[in-house]
Amino acid sequence: MFEPIILKNINVPDSFKIETYLNNGGYQAFKKALKLNTDTIIQMVKDSGLRGRGGAGFSTGLKWSFIPKDPTIPKYLCCNADEGEPGTYKDRAIIEKDPHQLIEGMAIACYAIGAANAYIYIRGEFALGADRLEDAIREAYSKGYLGKNILGSNFSLNIYVHRGAGAYICGEETALLESLEGRRALPRIKPPFPAQVGLFGKPTVINNVETLACVPHIINRGASWFASIGPAKSPGPKLFGVSGHVNKPGLYELPMGTPLREIIYTYAGGIKGDRRLKAVIPGGVSAPMLIEKDLDTPMDFDSLAAKGTMLGSGAVVVMDERTCIVKAALIIHEFFHHESCGKCTPCREGLDWIVKVMRRVEHGEGKEGDIDLLLKLCGDVFGRTFCPLGDGAVMALRGAINNFKEEFEYHVKNKRCMVNGAGR
Amino acid sequence: MLSEGAVKEINELTGKYANSRSVVMPALYVVQREYGYITEEGMREVANILGLRPIQVFEIATFYTMYNKKPVGKYHIQVCTNISCSLLGAEYIVDVLSKKLGIKVKETTPDKKFTLSAVECLGSCGTAPMMQINDNYYEDLTEEKIEEILKSFR
Repeated sequence: MFEPIILKNINVPDSFKIETYLNNGGYQAFKKALKLNTDTIIQMVKDSGLRGRGGAGFSTGLKWSFIPKDPTIPKYLCCNADEGEPGTYKDRAIIEKDPHQLIEGMAIACYAIGAANAYIYIRGEFALGADRLEDAIREAYSKGYLGKNILGSNFSLNIYVHRGAGAYICGEETALLESLEGRRALPRIKPPFPAQVGLFGKPTVINNVETLACVPHIINRGASWFASIGPAKSPGPKLFGVSGHVNKPGLYELPMGTPLREIIYTYAGGIKGDRRLKAVIPGGVSAPMLIEKDLDTPMDFDSLAAKGTMLGSGAVVVMDERTCIVKAALIIHEFFHHESCGKCTPCREGLDWIVKVMRRVEHGEGKEGDIDLLLKLCGDVFGRTFCPLGDGAVMALRGAINNFKEEFEYHVKNKRCMVNGAGR
Repeated sequence: MLSEGAVKEINELTGKYANSRSVVMPALYVVQREYGYITEEGMREVANILGLRPIQVFEIATFYTMYNKKPVGKYHIQVCTNISCSLLGAEYIVDVLSKKLGIKVKETTPDKKFTLSAVECLGSCGTAPMMQINDNYYEDLTEEKIEEILKSFR
């Protein structure tokens, strides 16, 4: 049994209070970090092999190392807490139940990159989470872990909470920056990358909540300890949020690389009613679905990429044999269509066209050739947009069509579902 | 007109950011709290306080879905209908609410007490199906549970 690292305090009473955090060894890593050279910390995070838990899987240490060293240039850290990938609810657990773990991770990151101001961009719907963070930040100031000359050092830091207001696109890092600057959240074209030109035009690191929550543990227990968990190229603990047709949906912290089968059958208790698995989304709805034969795939960045899908946020959505894949694919596509920001034409128009075709296929009004039309439209969107939203939408749809083409064709030909339909 | 306290609150928010435009989002939450929804008057006041053109506030209010451009009921019920909740009966949850309240999605009860909305993923997929009423989450929903929740608001 894997001993939880990130979730270790989650079931402790009053886990969100600073006293609880301090009693469980909290802020020791930050104290230790303040005595280290900033380059040493960045090297440690690089050596740990920590890769971004928001979904992109980029080396966190490398990202930090891109920030210019010039102390006269202001720098920022932004914590991406705009958790919105359907199926995902891991960051919310950290924020609501162990906010100091995040704050400590942010404090260490800010010290390492030389940032004196940091923002937590939290999705607007997480009202409880925002309150918990505000309270935790207040506690951290009062205990001297935030503010001026922290613990007698030369390092000063302010952390602010900024609430989103309902836009999935803000999870995209440059859209998040636009939103923080008080604009509509339209992604920026890269380069320049945020490490050069980020928030308010200054060098900025954007890290996911779970990524930052790993940082204190790396400082406390060492880079090689972290690197020894899971696969060498994709190490560390990982939060897997399981949902859908399983007996025990929930958040499971396991070593990166745990096989999908084990997550579904050992931890999440298998499929409800002992039904058969039909499809599973391994990493939030942008990740193409997998089927029964793929279940032994290790859940890490590289193994899933090799299967043509992705680890994404580690959100595992399980669908049993009664699920109509056409309907599931439509629900997912409706989401992307709704959330497209409208900046670039292929995504704005492409997803709109796709949703119209998908709706008629699902509602028994599909025409011959519609499935080929959908695949053609996918090709017209993929790789032609500023940000990954359009790509995610078409990857999800292609994954559904490629695995269940006969079901889509059945819908067109017979004007109804091949299955009875789950969901009740 | 925004209350004195609200104006003060918006002014104080400027200390958090390197530019006043960043204050638009939190200021619109203040407007929503004060007026019950985002009014044109409120948006103009925000622009005025922050020294921005009104369009710089309007464009934010219309882009983000949590700013209500029309009045909503005292209790805004938002049911997640994304994939994880749908797999576990979100459609049924919407139907139950719709019948019990006597309104369709996007409608408000005549007594202005309840507004029913179907929304995208709220990040509570392990406890699906779920809904949000104002700031609070209600999870692992069943018909009986909905009955009880509604009773507590009547």
